[in-house]
Amino acid sequence: MDNLEALQNAWPRLLDGIVITLQLTLGGGALAFAVAVTFGLMALHGSVWVRGAARTLIEFFRGTSLLVQLFWLFYVLPLLGVTLEPAVTGILALGLNYGAYGAEVVRGSINAVPKGQWEVSTALSLRPVHRMRRIIWPQAWAIMIPSLTNLLIMLLKGTAVANVILLHDLTYVTEQLRRATGDTFFSYGVSMIIYFLIACVLVLGANAIEARAKHKLGRGPSLREVLRLRPAPVAAKGVA
Amino acid sequence: MMGEVWSWERAIDVLPVLLEAFLKVTLVATVVGSIIAAILGLVVAIVRRSAPAFIAKPVHWVMQFIRMTPLVVQLLFVYYALPSTVPRLWIGIGVLGVHYASYMAEVYRAGIESIPKGQWEAATALSMSPTRTWRKVVIPQALRATIPALGTWVISMFKDTPFLMVIFIVEMVSRAQSYGSQVFAYTEAFTIAGLIFLAASYPTSILVRRLEDRLAY
Repeated sequence: MDNLEALQNAWPRLLDGIVITLQLTLGGGALAFAVAVTFGLMALHGSVWVRGAARTLIEFFRGTSLLVQLFWLFYVLPLLGVTLEPAVTGILALGLNYGAYGAEVVRGSINAVPKGQWEVSTALSLRPVHRMRRIIWPQAWAIMIPSLTNLLIMLLKGTAVANVILLHDLTYVTEQLRRATGDTFFSYGVSMIIYFLIACVLVLGANAIEARAKHKLGRGPSLREVLRLRPAPVAAKGVA
Repeated sequence: MMGEVWSWERAIDVLPVLLEAFLKVTLVATVVGSIIAAILGLVVAIVRRSAPAFIAKPVHWVMQFIRMTPLVVQLLFVYYALPSTVPRLWIGIGVLGVHYASYMAEVYRAGIESIPKGQWEAATALSMSPTRTWRKVVIPQALRATIPALGTWVISMFKDTPFLMVIFIVEMVSRAQSYGSQVFAYTEAFTIAGLIFLAASYPTSILVRRLEDRLAY
């Protein structure tokens, strides 16, 4: 009972923590996606210089640990005359780090689109931009969603270190709750369940996006069919 | 001293400090953590496949939960839940191992599922015991397909070792931070720490990619 009371008292602060965690996750995720698409496409560019630049950046941000990047942006950047808000620093580090991983996913997925599709687009004399936007990307997109979802979940879990740059995220508030209640199991149990639920919502959202992407390619039921409560027709079963 | 952003003097001064923390903590945690993860992951994958549902299902749920919640929170949870007499590094390595076992179990599962059904049937037809089937038929083949993916996770664990600082383990990055706060200059310490990570993980990832190409059927 004491715990529930403590939870009730701590709830507003817990909510603040959840908001910070969500900000970092969604902000970092959006930046990571932009970075992933940019570097991923650059890594496939015809020019050796562009490819080389992309590869260097990708390997750099993948190879140096997230925490090093976070600290570097937090402690070293101000020395170079750039001072960022802690939240911006967090989003930047998460976005660059996981974006570099995402770039490999984007590159791999575009490469996984069957060769014939490229040849056909060339045969139809589509311009390169047109070919990418209308033919290759929609197919690659359907391939890359599951891996990008995994990365988004990794990013969500990565936000839990935000406290090292003085952000009061969910993990930080959890620690406050533990100190207030003296109950490790309760406070960290609550926090892990919240993280788990956030992750589940993200996965559900990503599954919906994947269903939509596949439906647009003519593979599988539409999102409306997936989400309706009536049992799906038998034909759709094999796809799911 | 404060005026310059980069000083080679400090860089040379901090390098041995970081290398020491790297060898004594970061590398030890990665190696021991990987061994725990590789063994536990395999056990979980086998249990999920061959144990009765009332064991396999809960094991699956627990691993799923571990996979979907942050390593940092798990570290803090176990650290505060255990008596303070347990050495921190052990806790850190244990949690790291269990967390990554949840990823590796998925890799093994995919590897085991890639074994053609005929292999299982042949083992049954030869009246091999289940243990023998696993040890002599399934695992050797599954392992071949999984080694590169396991390698990728080991590299990932290596880069996650700085998370150990949340339970006050002094690994390389927290050593860099404390050095920085002593001399009021962080540039050299963090830059070199990052470069050490890069120098260790980039060649390993190339090795893993080569391995992948060579082991591919």
